Amino acid sequence: MTRVRSAWRVLLVWLLIAAGPAWSLTVSAQQPPPRPTKPAQDEFVPIDQLPPGEQLPAAPLLIAAYSVAWLAVAGYLFSIWRRLDRVDRDIAEAGRRLPRI
Amino acid sequence: MQRLFLPLTIVVAAMFAYAPLMIANAPFESTMLLVQKIFYFHVPSWFVMFSGAFLCAGASAVYLAKGSRDADHYAVTGAELAVVFGLMGLITGPLWARKAWGVWWEWDVKLTLALIVWLTFVAYLLLRRYGGPGSEKLAAGVGIFGAANIPFVYYSVNWWRTMHPKTTVVPTLGPGMRGAFWFCVLAFMLLMVLIVAARVRLERQRALVDELFLELED
Repeated sequence: MTRVRSAWRVLLVWLLIAAGPAWSLTVSAQQPPPRPTKPAQDEFVPIDQLPPGEQLPAAPLLIAAYSVAWLAVAGYLFSIWRRLDRVDRDIAEAGRRLPRI
Repeated sequence: MQRLFLPLTIVVAAMFAYAPLMIANAPFESTMLLVQKIFYFHVPSWFVMFSGAFLCAGASAVYLAKGSRDADHYAVTGAELAVVFGLMGLITGPLWARKAWGVWWEWDVKLTLALIVWLTFVAYLLLRRYGGPGSEKLAAGVGIFGAANIPFVYYSVNWWRTMHPKTTVVPTLGPGMRGAFWFCVLAFMLLMVLIVAARVRLERQRALVDELFLELED
């Protein structure tokens, strides 16, 4: 039973990290405005008693971070591939116009 | 390198597919819990950023000293890597900070210096793109000065009082975290090798195109 629960937890975190890009757009819209945190001095408030807007879940931030990483790498590799393709076509074009190459 | 390119691509793709599993299996950090897992891609992205910046600076120095075109190709590649992976670090960091610190951004020494270095390499690329003839040498100077700031970014957390975690975090990682972290670093560094190979080839091909069209005009 513990192993099953632990496997579920691993699967959940893996999904958060690997399947993030699909969710990233909704995540950015859900973020509350930034609010600096101060250590409690006057009273301690349990987190479940905070208003919903102040209970910041970590999962959307994790999804957003991994989405950015995956998209940045994929986008950059795609841009290199496109530029290489274009320059190869230019070389072929120049080769056609310069028969001795 | 051309023969190694495909096997290395397969290895890197496999490593990036397996990395989320390793990260998921790594233990949760006691105070930050889930959000700490951003660290496994955030720090390696800065490793690549720093390596790209040093590549740019080293190659720029060779270019300025010897006028080697190939060194210039490596310099542009390094600057582009610094910008892309620096941007990744600058976005993933605030996503972590929002939960860990309660704010997206703090004008902390480490963060501010990192932003300045990143902007320096953006300036390098803009100079290369819009600087006109001769901008390569000016850009080379910018690249060298950009990389000279990196030790300050790295050690700032030890030299000044900042909110950012210190450099001692990585050497003291627990066994479960250490394996996942260094696996991600290796994946990112191998990806960097692949990108450098492809990007330098692109610059060489561009130089060839310029030569061919100049020949055509003659």
